[in-house]
Amino acid sequence: MLSRVANNLCWMGRYLERAENTARLINVNSNLLLDLPRSISLGWEPIVDILSYRELFYSTHKEAVERNVINFMVADQKNHGSIISSLSAARENARTVREIIPRESWERINELYSYAKENCQKAQARRSRYGFLSEIIQSNQTITGILAGTMTHDEGYEFLRIGRNLERADMTTRIIDVRSASLLQDTETSQSAFENIQWMSVLKSLTAYQMYRREVRLRIRRPDVLKFLLLEDRFPRSLLHALRQVEHCLKTLPNHEEIIMQIRVVETQLLDANPQSLIQEKLHEFIDDMQLGLNTIFDKINQTYFFHT
Amino acid sequence: MAIRWGNYKVANLHDELLRASGKPRAYADDLCSYLRDLSDAEIIEYKAAADSAIHVMGITFRVYNDEEGSIDRAWPFDIIPRLIDKKEWVDIEIGLKQRVKALNMFIDDLYNAQNIIKDGIFPADLLDKSKNFLLECKGFSPPLGVWAHICGSDLVRDNQGVVYVLEDNLRVPSGVSYMLENRQVMKRVFPEMFEKLNILPVDDYPSDLYDMLAAMSPRDIAEPEIVVLTPGIYNSAYFEHAYLAQQMGAELVEGNDLVVGDDDCVYMRTINGLSRVDVVYRRIDDWFLDPEVFNPESTLGVPGIMRAWKAGNVALANAPGSGVADDKVVYAFVPDIIKYYLNEEPILPNVPTYKCVNEKEREYVLENIASMVVKPANESGGYGMLIGPHSNAKEHEKFRKLIQEDPRNYVAQPMLILSTAPTMVDTKVEPRHLDLRPFILSGKDVKVTTGGLTRVAMIRGSTVVNSSQGGGSKDTWIVDMEGS
Repeated sequence: MLSRVANNLCWMGRYLERAENTARLINVNSNLLLDLPRSISLGWEPIVDILSYRELFYSTHKEAVERNVINFMVADQKNHGSIISSLSAARENARTVREIIPRESWERINELYSYAKENCQKAQARRSRYGFLSEIIQSNQTITGILAGTMTHDEGYEFLRIGRNLERADMTTRIIDVRSASLLQDTETSQSAFENIQWMSVLKSLTAYQMYRREVRLRIRRPDVLKFLLLEDRFPRSLLHALRQVEHCLKTLPNHEEIIMQIRVVETQLLDANPQSLIQEKLHEFIDDMQLGLNTIFDKINQTYFFHT
Repeated sequence: MAIRWGNYKVANLHDELLRASGKPRAYADDLCSYLRDLSDAEIIEYKAAADSAIHVMGITFRVYNDEEGSIDRAWPFDIIPRLIDKKEWVDIEIGLKQRVKALNMFIDDLYNAQNIIKDGIFPADLLDKSKNFLLECKGFSPPLGVWAHICGSDLVRDNQGVVYVLEDNLRVPSGVSYMLENRQVMKRVFPEMFEKLNILPVDDYPSDLYDMLAAMSPRDIAEPEIVVLTPGIYNSAYFEHAYLAQQMGAELVEGNDLVVGDDDCVYMRTINGLSRVDVVYRRIDDWFLDPEVFNPESTLGVPGIMRAWKAGNVALANAPGSGVADDKVVYAFVPDIIKYYLNEEPILPNVPTYKCVNEKEREYVLENIASMVVKPANESGGYGMLIGPHSNAKEHEKFRKLIQEDPRNYVAQPMLILSTAPTMVDTKVEPRHLDLRPFILSGKDVKVTTGGLTRVAMIRGSTVVNSSQGGGSKDTWIVDMEGS
């Protein structure tokens, strides 16, 4: 398989996942704000921070008010991380591999982009926002389903999954990092009802609430949430699961030994750290390490498959 | 009934399906009666079936647009096929083989001994003026002396029924994928006709192309690595590049996917590392092929690929420099070229072309300019042309002057009245002008597609068949009357 094609498939997977995650993030934040009293002013800034776009955002906007952040994260083409930019990039990647992916999946990606472009104004009004974002999420789920159900599970498919899972791992760590920072300062402080809601929102951003509930029947607590999102191997959006998926995909690809070794390094770090017991400052450092680890893995993949000389 | 052949006007035109109003040609008789019996509703249904088949197969050409990136457009397709009697086709096929054989010998001679110039048949100064003569190729001869492995020659028929070669495309001719896909569409729309008539199949082309390319491999191995080199997704013919790669099971690559090593071999970057490439079916122009030798700004090409080619480590189809034989002045010499190399009379005539550089021919052109088409030698795309019958006396005078000042730069042709074929307009048929582009493959043997791509001017009276200017296409049926 050509390196360019593999690379495009990998990024197609990443961008689609990114669009979906961003849509979920905004949806959950909208809901969360409705539940919180005005005195706890979380606002919209954390959304910008989660995706590390603080600088870009403030270069064109004065205030992180709802209207600005929504536009920036949904419709702004200058923001490469906006939903519209992610979908546009996913579509361009899909276009260059049209001969490799099932026609239906290409058509759905194309339709999804057109839908988002034509309807992105709907994200502004709270009334229509949920419907618009849900459509993005569902279309993306459909595309994932079409790919899983109709594409040969060959090397190309593995690259697509690698992209998707790396993006997922990235997003999970980002959400935990930013959200936990604005939440409890450490594990010992007594919990209020609102903190409970906020941890719920962290779970919901990752569609983990229902699954968490099935798994952990106790009251929502920070250590349990962290453990679930980072270490629950059976939950498809946990960090450990994403890492193991990447490893699983790599095993079918040539020259994977070094990359898998790198994944194992990160995995060991993750398992040994007991992240649920870390106080906020340490947790932030730990998440930083995880992000660095993910970057190293992606660099290795790049060197091995896409940009070797 | 929707189609009444009695109302179809043939007049002084040559129609491909009818001799005269209401009188189908023998090989089109069955088709015409079949069409006559269709109701409006059936015609609408069949047209919709064709459109949906085109959509489902994703048959498109690409138009670039800043706002949206690129858009795929379906090329208008007419459900009434264009028929040619096999008896006539056999002669055309022989004529095309003869022509391409001579053209390849001509190109090989120009880059080497230049005997045709020494013998006074082809003027040296014309070669000096040719933009497509590549100095980099001098002294080189590809295996078998074949340069233009894939040639697309445009054929037209005039109102007397004579078939002429209008031009030869020896660089990167396109359209063959539409020929193949049009047939697939027709089989879905009119399966009955394929049972009834003996229509020769066209689908050998990808295998023939593959065999020809594989035979060019510099390495003698069972499965040489063949790639199709495309300028990328924004090229209008990208669909065809992808289609042919897929049909041949070849890798579709862009310039950046290939790299030339220190060993002067071509490699592609794969997830397994670098992998040797034997044959490149390139669909990018000479000028962009190798930034080391041609346009240094080109990002579409592969630095060093000319080196690899000259070292004999990779085969290129078509060979760089083949374009020297498809400009307008060379065209005028093709009958002489055939006689010179093959010692044969040309089987397919050129459209009579007057070379203004010759005094007698010039005088004829100056006298008859009002009825002629005058073309400058070194322009393309219709620039600087005079269409005599559509111009006024002042313009005629202007071109008389231009010709006299620089006779070498002009050729002139009589204005041809192209043949027509019935074409659906809503649920009725009307005559529309058309041409035909067969594709000729030259390797150890020479092979011609069965028929080719029929392009039709969808606008009444127009003779412009290009996809970008209101042209469409039809399926082309070579009908074997003896076999049925």
